[in-house]
Amino acid sequence: MKPAPFDYLRAGTAAEALETLHQCGGDARILAGGQSLLPMLNMRLARPGVVIDIMHVPEWQRIETTETTLRIGAGVRQIALERHPGLRQPLLTAALDWVGHAQTRSRGTVCGSVAHADPSAELPLVLVALKGTIHLRSRRRRRDVAAADFFTGMMATTRTDEEMIEAVSIPTARPGTGTAFREMARRHGDFAIVACAAVADATTVRLAVAGVADRPTAIDLPADPATRDDALDTFAWSLDARDDLHATARYRRELVRQIGRSVMQEAMQCRA
Amino acid sequence: MPRLTADRRHTVRFTLNGRAVEGEAEPRLLLVDFLRHVLGATGTHVGCEHGVCGACTIQIDGDPARACIMLAVQADGADIRTVEGLAPAPDRLSVLQDCFREFHGLQCGFCTPGILMSLDAFLRAQPDATEPEIRTMLSGHLCRCTGYVPIMAAALAARDRLKANPDA
Repeated sequence: MKPAPFDYLRAGTAAEALETLHQCGGDARILAGGQSLLPMLNMRLARPGVVIDIMHVPEWQRIETTETTLRIGAGVRQIALERHPGLRQPLLTAALDWVGHAQTRSRGTVCGSVAHADPSAELPLVLVALKGTIHLRSRRRRRDVAAADFFTGMMATTRTDEEMIEAVSIPTARPGTGTAFREMARRHGDFAIVACAAVADATTVRLAVAGVADRPTAIDLPADPATRDDALDTFAWSLDARDDLHATARYRRELVRQIGRSVMQEAMQCRA
Repeated sequence: MPRLTADRRHTVRFTLNGRAVEGEAEPRLLLVDFLRHVLGATGTHVGCEHGVCGACTIQIDGDPARACIMLAVQADGADIRTVEGLAPAPDRLSVLQDCFREFHGLQCGFCTPGILMSLDAFLRAQPDATEPEIRTMLSGHLCRCTGYVPIMAAALAARDRLKANPDA
């Protein structure tokens, strides 16, 4: 398995990358850490005419933190986030440990995983659970898209061919909220059969699920456990799970019920 | 850097096991194939070619990474370490390699170079790594013959010996 031929551009500035993306549109692919794109190139599921390496653009290498938000640039590797002191978002910290393996997090970027939009991936799930924002940029404009609106299907997003993800923003932990994350996979680091993230405050608990529907999906449920269980069942049925090589739809729905219930409880218990 | 065209080979330079190396690569050439076929460093193995099995794991700027899902041209300017760089001398094994020999941490040896490169980086970064932490790290590697038990025994012995003598 070897990639088909393509041109390679190592962009030194954002303008250079965006200009090439503008000119080539759908024939170009952004290469960041390459941990999703290179397998696609090797299997020839992607055959771009030009690959634009953005890892040498200084402005995209930044992690910017404010009181309320963590903004992660397009070139920030997952390992850089793991090593970043004071991440202040425990859900992100918990989920990062499940993203691929240490040997892929060393290269893979946060924004790259979001752009790839695998329905079982952890980082898109975290963005949807925490109501994060995707910052898109083309040569002509910038626009922000809420995570819940960004993912439109299996590896499909609202990004147009001449846009790239410049950064994503993730809210930091707010006082009075609690979070929890759990995943079921055949081996630690394999694609999730089901991954669940929960964010709880005093009145509601938000449950986000990956690996079941064609995109990460979230629901806000009441904090009161008496009414929550029925709503969780309805949610599990609504996810349009499919049978595949790894698990049946029925097993996935059952995991959503079991893991969903436990992560919601855990998130409520650890409210600070 | 100018746009490197698909139909030509381009010069790629990086540091391999402490030595400056260079060779010619088409943009689509994978780093692992560049190491093996252009530079002749065949210690790194090619397994699944999509980043899953871990056989091609090397160290890039100190961190373990898959050489089959990286382009040679991406590595230009990087500091790369492969299994050939582990032994301190041609007739001497490193502590980690010696533990794999002593505890039978390999049978066919296909997955071994990748596992060694991951463990070498991991034990240096985390000299007090626990058994579960080492297991999680090894989940990034597939071995189809040893059965992991002797691999774990070798890894734990290497951890203890390196901790007792970090300069070894």
